[in-house]
Amino acid sequence: MIQTVRALGVTAVVVASCLGGQAAAQTKQLTLCWAAWDPANALVELSKDFTAKTGIQMKYEFVPWTSYADRFLNELNSKGKLCDLIIGDSQWIGGAAENGHYVKLNDFFAKEKISMDDFMPATVVGYSQWPKNTANYWALPAMGDAIGWTYRKDWFARPEIQAEFRKKYERDLAPPQTWDELKQIAEFFQGREIDGKKVYGAYIYTERGSEGITMGVTNALYDWGFQYDNPKKPYQMEGFVNSPDAVKGLEFYKSLYKCCTAPGMSNAYMSEGLDAFKSGQVAMQMNFFAFFPGLYKDPNVGGDKIGFFVNPKQKYHFTQLGGQGISVVSYAEHRDDALSYIKWFAQPDVQKKWWALGGYSCHKAVLGDPSFPKSAPFAADFLKSMDIVKDFWAEPAYASLLLDMQKRVHDYVVADKGTAKEALDLLVKDWQKVFKDEGKI
Amino acid sequence: MSTLAERAVARTPNRLALRLGNLSDKAIAWLFITPSVLLLLAINIFPLLWTIQLSFTNYRANRPNAVLRYVGLDNYRDILTDPEIWHAMQATAHFVLWSIAMELVLGFGLALLINRRFRGHSFWTTIILLPMMLSPAVVGNFWTFLLQPQIGLFNNAIAVLTGVDPSSFQMIGDVRLAPWSIIMVDAWMWTPYVMLICLAGLRSIPDYIYEAAEVDRASPWRQFWSITLPMVMPFLMLAILFRAIENFKMFDMVNLLTSGGPGSTTEVASITLKREAFEKWRTGYSSALAIILFVTVFGAANIYVKALNRVKQR
Repeated sequence: MIQTVRALGVTAVVVASCLGGQAAAQTKQLTLCWAAWDPANALVELSKDFTAKTGIQMKYEFVPWTSYADRFLNELNSKGKLCDLIIGDSQWIGGAAENGHYVKLNDFFAKEKISMDDFMPATVVGYSQWPKNTANYWALPAMGDAIGWTYRKDWFARPEIQAEFRKKYERDLAPPQTWDELKQIAEFFQGREIDGKKVYGAYIYTERGSEGITMGVTNALYDWGFQYDNPKKPYQMEGFVNSPDAVKGLEFYKSLYKCCTAPGMSNAYMSEGLDAFKSGQVAMQMNFFAFFPGLYKDPNVGGDKIGFFVNPKQKYHFTQLGGQGISVVSYAEHRDDALSYIKWFAQPDVQKKWWALGGYSCHKAVLGDPSFPKSAPFAADFLKSMDIVKDFWAEPAYASLLLDMQKRVHDYVVADKGTAKEALDLLVKDWQKVFKDEGKI
Repeated sequence: MSTLAERAVARTPNRLALRLGNLSDKAIAWLFITPSVLLLLAINIFPLLWTIQLSFTNYRANRPNAVLRYVGLDNYRDILTDPEIWHAMQATAHFVLWSIAMELVLGFGLALLINRRFRGHSFWTTIILLPMMLSPAVVGNFWTFLLQPQIGLFNNAIAVLTGVDPSSFQMIGDVRLAPWSIIMVDAWMWTPYVMLICLAGLRSIPDYIYEAAEVDRASPWRQFWSITLPMVMPFLMLAILFRAIENFKMFDMVNLLTSGGPGSTTEVASITLKREAFEKWRTGYSSALAIILFVTVFGAANIYVKALNRVKQR
């Protein structure tokens, strides 16, 4: 009897330890931090394959865009262990690299034969490198993005609207090629009644609290000739940030805000733009490409009713870079598992599925595929846009630089404070002070 | 044979008496207040002293490995000579003064009304108190919708009353109206609080004083100026003190309503402080700003409390 009890006890211990081991393997978990938006849902779907393959569970920390930078920069600065993987904004790369928040990935890439040549050059520079244009990699390009435009294709196609536009401007109503054309179209639609409803010309970014108005205004500024500094002498901003062309670009953005936006859009960013477009309020909308798959699927304004176009040109042709790279956080407790996720994510097949699910791959296997431009109605415009992207400062002091620009531009565009020249002159002074504090000038 | 419980009851006082018996009253008092003092030191005094120390440095919390340099009074000089900071202080003063004025007039008026104990006054008191029970974050969010020019109830109500197009004006996007929007929302939320304090004051006035005034044939207006107002004055001053301290550091509601905009029109001192401390990460500079704000509130509150005591003694 005693022997039987002993045998049962031993068996129980063995079974329990086996189950315990299995449970431990099952509870291996990675936390991925990103913004709460459509592509994040696509990534959740995609990552199920990673869990199926490795047994590592994925946990997500998604934060709305307006508090995304605050939340995760605080997390990184306090050396928090919340995120094993982070899809951080392109402008964070300088600070994250210099302050040791991200794991440098060069050795890992070399070991795993992950080549940055397999990714679109603009995304490698924008999302992975610090210092820029050097072979120092801190992230894998994860989510390609840039500013693009959507328009109401169905409104543009109406014969009576076409006729009226032709009569007024002596050209066909079509997606604008230049900012001047865009403003004409916006003026044409502003206050017009369509299907018994008053509509407005354009939706543009004006948000004050985080990065909104900067991400919007730069699209015009770049095209008029604004430059962050002297290409031959870094950090020399006088005459580049506040050049006569930059002043014209800023004046234009303000005139577009005043003439052709819906009332109440004085503090609006991505989600307000989506709301305005989905509710049939605006003819054209500035927003990131990341939202376009969702808009195309929208039952009210998607499908045949929506069209897309690249940010218009003026003297030059650029668009604001969005998007992010995926990095391993230095303070992560599961660094090896996080690296295995990056290795998995870098595979061409996974990248293809990423695009199919609604994420924007930066991999040449996806973007270089001859069928890519026709794979979605906005795919060709996305490709064109990624060739003309320009990004905000990615310096370690980017947050200070961004806040200064938010303030100066919002003061001028929305609050009618001073002139465009004064706003940009003050911006130069603010930025000089930041770089002086940083010891760079 | 006694039970375990009986033995425990019998022994406990002896043990306690044995342990405390050797201690003086002063020592026992210290024993009781030490945990509170330690807690206060840990969560109030130590951070304050640390903040004061940081305010003389160039420290940045996001760069803990950078060389820490003592900059003397540079941070204080930079703040006090920065026109943007003065603008933020002006915006704060405008907000504090007008919101308190509005809350005081409305709160006192409502208290006078509720004090009449008309039929259903308890029900209306509860209804009036509802706004102050909400979170400022919730209030900020839903007023953003209420003030939306196209769909917002506020603009549409103004349109019905005045006949103007509801989308022809915007409350939180207009430089002239935005400061008044945050004052209005704050008044909506906190007038009930002032009303409660005033009501407590009104109910503390003994009825016989009014009866004596009526015997002397004093008019209601005279009764108000000679009895009600002087006797409620300490309560009014208390309400002003509480609201002034609260509104001086108001952040959440303003941040949600306007984010300090348009431009920097409604950028009150607390929003500037948050941006400097947790967005620009200028920890030393923002510590100096925090100390300046603290001294301002602390100094003003002290002067005010002395005035309040004088009013009470009258």
